[in-house]
Amino acid sequence: MSKSEETAKVEKKSAISIFFEEVSQSSLIVPILAIISGLLLGGLLVALSSEDVYTMWTVNPLQAISNGFKAAWESYVTLFTGSFGSPSKIIAAIQSGEGLEIRRAINPIFESLVKSIPYIFAGLAVSLGFRTGLFNIGVEGQIFMGGIFSVWVGYSFTGLPVYIHLPFAFMAGALGGALWGFIPGFLKSKTGGHEVINTIMMNYIAFRLTDWLLREPMKREGSTNPLSPIIEKSAELPRFLADPIRFHLGFFIALAVALLVYWFLFKTKWGFDLRTVGANPHAARYAGMNIVRSTIGAMSLSGALAGMAGANELLGLNHHLSQSFSPGYGFDAIALALLGRNHPLGVVLASLLFGTLRNGATRMQAAAGIPIDIISVMQALILAFIAAPAIIRTIFRLKEPKEAEIGVRVSGWGGS
Amino acid sequence: MSANTSTLETGTIYVSPTRRRIFGIIFLGIAVLIWLFFIRGLDPEMMTTMRLYPGGSKIVLDDWEFNSLSVLRILAFACAVLGSYQLVRGFNKRTGLILSLIGGMFVFSFLSWAASGGMLNLAGMLRIMVIRSVPLTLGALSGILCERAGVVNIAIEGMMLTAAMIGTIVGSVTTLWIGLLGAVIAGGLLGLVHAVMSIKYRTDQIISGTVINIFAVGITSFISAKFMQPYPELNDPGIFKPYEIPVLSQIPFLGPVLFRQNIFVYSMIIFVILLTFLLFKTRWGLRLRSVGEHPEAADTLGIDVYKTRYMAVILGGMMAGFAGAYFTLGSVGRFDQVMTAGRGFIALAAMIFGNWMPVGAMIAGLLFGFSDSLAASLALLRVQIPSEFLLMAPYLITMLVLAGVVGRGQMPAADGQPYEKQ
Repeated sequence: MSKSEETAKVEKKSAISIFFEEVSQSSLIVPILAIISGLLLGGLLVALSSEDVYTMWTVNPLQAISNGFKAAWESYVTLFTGSFGSPSKIIAAIQSGEGLEIRRAINPIFESLVKSIPYIFAGLAVSLGFRTGLFNIGVEGQIFMGGIFSVWVGYSFTGLPVYIHLPFAFMAGALGGALWGFIPGFLKSKTGGHEVINTIMMNYIAFRLTDWLLREPMKREGSTNPLSPIIEKSAELPRFLADPIRFHLGFFIALAVALLVYWFLFKTKWGFDLRTVGANPHAARYAGMNIVRSTIGAMSLSGALAGMAGANELLGLNHHLSQSFSPGYGFDAIALALLGRNHPLGVVLASLLFGTLRNGATRMQAAAGIPIDIISVMQALILAFIAAPAIIRTIFRLKEPKEAEIGVRVSGWGGS
Repeated sequence: MSANTSTLETGTIYVSPTRRRIFGIIFLGIAVLIWLFFIRGLDPEMMTTMRLYPGGSKIVLDDWEFNSLSVLRILAFACAVLGSYQLVRGFNKRTGLILSLIGGMFVFSFLSWAASGGMLNLAGMLRIMVIRSVPLTLGALSGILCERAGVVNIAIEGMMLTAAMIGTIVGSVTTLWIGLLGAVIAGGLLGLVHAVMSIKYRTDQIISGTVINIFAVGITSFISAKFMQPYPELNDPGIFKPYEIPVLSQIPFLGPVLFRQNIFVYSMIIFVILLTFLLFKTRWGLRLRSVGEHPEAADTLGIDVYKTRYMAVILGGMMAGFAGAYFTLGSVGRFDQVMTAGRGFIALAAMIFGNWMPVGAMIAGLLFGFSDSLAASLALLRVQIPSEFLLMAPYLITMLVLAGVVGRGQMPAADGQPYEKQ
């Protein structure tokens, strides 16, 4: 064997291994494997909780196991058709040519988009905090404050034209959230009170406040349930298509806001300051950056984004305030921000995924009897895998990355 | 940071003049509040009755009746005197004590005003306070175990919720006591998950806790909807009955409040005493605390930091599991979705308010339990204050404590920092 042949062999071998190395070290591999693992484990939960498994177990264990996997497969098919619509139905509807039928058939896709809007806002809120080194667990409470403010503006002011009333109500929501973010930001920078505890506490203050508002001052007249009055037509986010499609302007506002956040974080001096404070507070202080202003500003902005999520839900879909209008968007957003690597584009993509999942899960609950809470389980698992990439690397035997993985680190309770 | 108090090496607390004046103004403000809201517009003939006898014991205490207005005047005057003294001279070391005294007087004047012209079942209210404080105190003990070893635990809520459900299912299938054991084991397993994530994989401890909280809400709601609602026999574990302690339960007033409860209340008291002893009087406790204060130093002295932290977090999880069992086996006797309703976070608050001390946690737990029981009995009194505001009290108090308004606590120095062996 000549020497040149030998080197060629080595090179050929290394080309494949280089490919695998590149893949395993790509920054996308962990999020993708995290999502896949989360979905697989969710399927396992469906299989394990299927009644067929237990009724068949004593008769024929093998049959029972296959029953379980059949149940999981069927529910995932329902999940898919629930979130994207079933292809055969869409074709049949288009052939029939009836408007309502077509709208019904394509509605799932639009509904998935509708469900991802609050996730985009909430995910941006959490990621803006992380970028500044702040852990905003208070997004859920800020969503409620945003909802309260926007609904109040939505029903108290009458006779305003749409182009005034709608922006007014939406910005009022942002203001409500900003207020709820400002307080922990202020406390953090002025007294050192840790934002994690303060935002958790403020979540519950917001919930109790909502309870009270709906019981007393904001209660709808003549209603026995804790509901607020319905907002004026001029405060509603306009929908583009006829019923049952609920797709509304909020989606484009969310995309615009994501773009704005990207521009703010990466193209402005303020954003640079925030990111520097988040990456290395000591260096930032040394460079003469105003940490107090960054902390307060970032928490307020984060709160404002969360408030927009609340305003969007109520002005776009519900049109009134209720105690349970948010099924925990603020907590899911933590998983989502980390999945999107705290980058606005990543957050939008992750939101589309979570919105699609939630929409499909709603259908899955109705059709296959799988409780929608399975979504929370999957999101928790995905969050665990992203937060501890070493778990994924161990399971899939991936190599350690060359550079340290971006981890999120929050300082202890004492604050600074 | 504007830390106004600094702990000197001798251990005495120095109160700065600014801080002294702030407290003086707060005390005077409370006197003004009492006058403004309670005394003004109160009919001088009004009488307040406090019932001290909830029934049960042989010795019957008479109701305690007094003139609302004169008592309120005395209380407001006392607050004003204490406030003036604080403003001029200052109580220095005893400021905290005086603060709690004033707080107590404010609460009492609120009760006297709220119950004027009517009757307040004080003993019954305190009894409910003790019961409501059980999950808060036990949850706070769970937090203390973890955080004294340097691992932040915000997953108390999730651990309690999961344990409450497992306890119910196991208890329904087997017996009550095995159900309790199942809950404790479930809590311990979640503690193990938290430990593996935060110690082995060095995930941020707050994210790890969030994972457990989200997971717990999802899995308990899922199993509850999928199995416990269609099969109600899985959701019927029974309930631990109150057990009267022979002699102690006959003590007037205190007997029915403290010693006619179920095992969870007694366990709470025992655990608080036991944990105080273990943490501060034994070698085990010293090691656990050293790992939370200065892991490098502990390691140098031959203490296995990882093992100690694992043990502490798993024990903390088991404690949270026990606290979770209270919700189903000790209180309601069935599992409902998301039934812990944020009590795990109030427990976290109690831990901080109690300065990472078991006894402090119990006092905080009792205080927060009191605001809970007061909110429940407000409807019976002629009060215009919405109960929701009282339910906010624990959260607001915690934020004030964290802000250093009422004196900053001493958290373990290495709390929340993962340890990497060199």
